[in-house]
Amino acid sequence: MEKYIFYILSVIIIAFAVASVSSRKMLRSVIYLLFVLCGIAGIYFLIDYNFLAAIQLTVYAGGIIVLIIFSVLLVHHIEMELEMAKPLRKVLTGLLCLLGLGVFLYTIYNNDFNVVENNVTTSTADIGAKLLSYDAGGFILPFEVISVLLLASMIGAIVIAKGRKLNDKNNEAL
Amino acid sequence: MIAGISIYEILTVTSILFFIGIYGFITRKNLISVLISIELILNASVVNFVVINKYLYPEMLQGVIFSIFIIAVAAAETALAVSIIINLYRQISSVEVKDTEIMKY
Repeated sequence: MEKYIFYILSVIIIAFAVASVSSRKMLRSVIYLLFVLCGIAGIYFLIDYNFLAAIQLTVYAGGIIVLIIFSVLLVHHIEMELEMAKPLRKVLTGLLCLLGLGVFLYTIYNNDFNVVENNVTTSTADIGAKLLSYDAGGFILPFEVISVLLLASMIGAIVIAKGRKLNDKNNEAL
Repeated sequence: MIAGISIYEILTVTSILFFIGIYGFITRKNLISVLISIELILNASVVNFVVINKYLYPEMLQGVIFSIFIIAVAAAETALAVSIIINLYRQISSVEVKDTEIMKY
């Protein structure tokens, strides 16, 4: 049963990813990306990482997609069709990507993975304890650093997005 | 782990997703489309982290925690990129890659 769900999910992911990079309408391409992200959250549910699936749904589907949709609506006409690359360039890029994919798959299928059969479920409490532990192998330092990074990017986004007014003030001061 | 699915099949799916992202990154001419392709690439790598953690080292949590960090960095990056795109649109009224040749006005 889980097997068939995985196959359906991977077909959904790949089909919508192709649609997302080849659609000529901007907003549709963003919505296809949303379907890809939901499919990936489904894979996380299948391999029993419920917390990660919840993060994927809230941060990606709830946050990033809404942000991108807002920027699309602010920047584009909704009916505008995107300019595409030349056909020769598309074919060349596709061939190059197929070549790279061949190399990847050759390496993966020739590698002997030591798969451990298991049914371990990870609870959210384990992840939280690991994130906040300051013993050997704990992740308290990167956790703090990432919070500073998020604050910095928030302030940076505000400053950059209202750039024009700040520049005018600076010019007057000069 | 998923019953009846080997690690090879999941890695195949994520490799295909990764190269679809690279194809979009190279062929698209619009900054927001490039951002979408970057999201695809990042997602493929996050799934790889999680799957390898689950299949090869089920007692560890490093893969999960690193993927949480990757998602946080991706969110920060997207917020900055969107603000840069909106600022650029204000300055030159275009978000095509070929029109963005000046970094600072």
